[in-house]
Amino acid sequence: MTLAPERPLIYEGSRIPSRVPTILEVASELRESEDILEVNFGPNHPSTHGVLRLVIELHGERVVGLAAVIGYLHTGFEKNMEQKSWWKAITYPERIDYLAFQNNELVFVLAIEKLLDLEVPPKATWMRMLLCELNRIHSHLVWLGTSGLELGAISMFWYCFREREQILDLFELVTGYRMHTRYFQAGGLAEDIPRGFYPECRKFVERMPGAVDEYERLVDRNQIWLERTQGVGLLSVDDAIALGQSGPVLRASAVDWDLRRDQPYLAYDQVDFRVPVYRHGDVYDRYRVHMDEMRESTRIVEQCLDRLENMEGEPWIADDRKVVLPPREELHTSMESLIHHFKIVTEGYRVPEGEVYVPIESPRGELGCYVVSDGGPKPWRVKFRAPSFVALQATATCLRESLIADMIAIVGSLDTVMGEVDR
Amino acid sequence: MSAHVPGLPNASGAATSWDAVPGHVETREGHGEITIVVEAATLVQACEHLRDTLGFNFMSDITATDYLGWGRAGVSGYLGLPGGRNLNEPMTQGYQRLPEPKPKRFAMNYHLLALRRRDARRLRVQVWLDDGEPVPSVIGVWPTADWHEREAWDMMGIRIEGHPNLVRILMEDDWEGHPLRKDYPIGGEPVRFSNAE
Repeated sequence: MTLAPERPLIYEGSRIPSRVPTILEVASELRESEDILEVNFGPNHPSTHGVLRLVIELHGERVVGLAAVIGYLHTGFEKNMEQKSWWKAITYPERIDYLAFQNNELVFVLAIEKLLDLEVPPKATWMRMLLCELNRIHSHLVWLGTSGLELGAISMFWYCFREREQILDLFELVTGYRMHTRYFQAGGLAEDIPRGFYPECRKFVERMPGAVDEYERLVDRNQIWLERTQGVGLLSVDDAIALGQSGPVLRASAVDWDLRRDQPYLAYDQVDFRVPVYRHGDVYDRYRVHMDEMRESTRIVEQCLDRLENMEGEPWIADDRKVVLPPREELHTSMESLIHHFKIVTEGYRVPEGEVYVPIESPRGELGCYVVSDGGPKPWRVKFRAPSFVALQATATCLRESLIADMIAIVGSLDTVMGEVDR
Repeated sequence: MSAHVPGLPNASGAATSWDAVPGHVETREGHGEITIVVEAATLVQACEHLRDTLGFNFMSDITATDYLGWGRAGVSGYLGLPGGRNLNEPMTQGYQRLPEPKPKRFAMNYHLLALRRRDARRLRVQVWLDDGEPVPSVIGVWPTADWHEREAWDMMGIRIEGHPNLVRILMEDDWEGHPLRKDYPIGGEPVRFSNAE
């Protein structure tokens, strides 16, 4: 399938900088040569995928010093969520990682459900899985499009955004919004799946594998693409694990690990999919993992559709009146329902005291949500383990001894979303 | 495709004894998650034991939590329970029962994962701290702790001892206070450039 020449396997040992693992310091003998040029990259630059600032020290064309500066997009999501009732706080996580909104929403809702011990009807579980996989494809498409754009493959961007548009149309059809859908409720889904969604989604599923082939035809035999991605931004197995990397970055470094398969949530243990693993740990392998994952996600979406089409008329949300809003039409006839509705909307539901950590496989890796409840109507503490935040810690190791021209490719390949890094 | 993660120990299969962890205080289980509380002074030894002997080679996350005012809202209802009903607290009509008291103000939570194909396990290591009490850095055990510990310092003001670069990470260098503390008001940040020089 590829014309990739034989590449040597990844380096052995560790390349993590010694004093501070995230800062590459200029060697003292180089420092004295006065031949070092300090360059400030970002925070406002189109290729930083947000507002990332890198302070780079160059010796000729080689990167010899590096420090990443973050925090430009800090919005205090976690503080804000402590002030909101549980069901209002669900709106926040989606905005943390604005490309993987369904996954972020899911992880918080799963944490609430774990604390509540709430059982979710199968229709909601399968629909959540379907939307999360569509969301994964969406996120990977944006990654592929923008990373291609940065490396000069401009047409990549238009092709990727063509399919992305279709996915956003599907989200709009289901939820009414193209992004930040807020479709998951504690207990299930906010609304039933609308008529007409399945055939539209089928059309997309039929189209997507061909589209991925098309992207591959654009770049996979392109000598410029291969030379700019192969053998750069190396990260070995041990370094990737020590630096806490997850998701595509980890799988491109030969670690066979995917939370969907190894610690399954939703109904991932009932679907058939393959976990792509590559063993060179470079930018090209990260690109390969993304491409394969889009294919696998399409297969999962198809399997979800097969299940969902046989679930017509089944409930889409749990029947727990202390947590779930009663059906609208009941409010006119039932006093009980009116009281429950009023309580949930004004005060919010209470979540039993406890603490949970829920990890899921977001498009960028392990997305964790640590939630503490004191038994009241608002969360006591919410913390997101943001995969992008952790991925950026690998910049110093990946960029070690690389050329300045490869920097864009390497930073892009870590697939970070700055909203999630800074929260 | 590799059948296992290279360089990792195989699962022992035997039940783990958490008492052997240096400085072990107690073990809790809830919602299918195991939490072990250890003493702050011997945290690094405990973490090395967990990594080298029990195979927790992957650190997911560090979370600092502030428990100032925990259980303050009292119990709701009219049954004469402690605190009674606090109607002055907006959005709060008290708890149904008082939450368990916490030993100290701050908790540091280290979320660990034994990354292996079979019998992968998770563990939460908890350390309790008073305001200003230092906790040793685990950066030497898991390098990924670097930014997490800086975040704990920046957001919660946890003093990390032995961290080589403990500076603010999300807020600006000259920021006052630690925003995620419970006594830091929401909307209370200073307005920049509001005074003429």
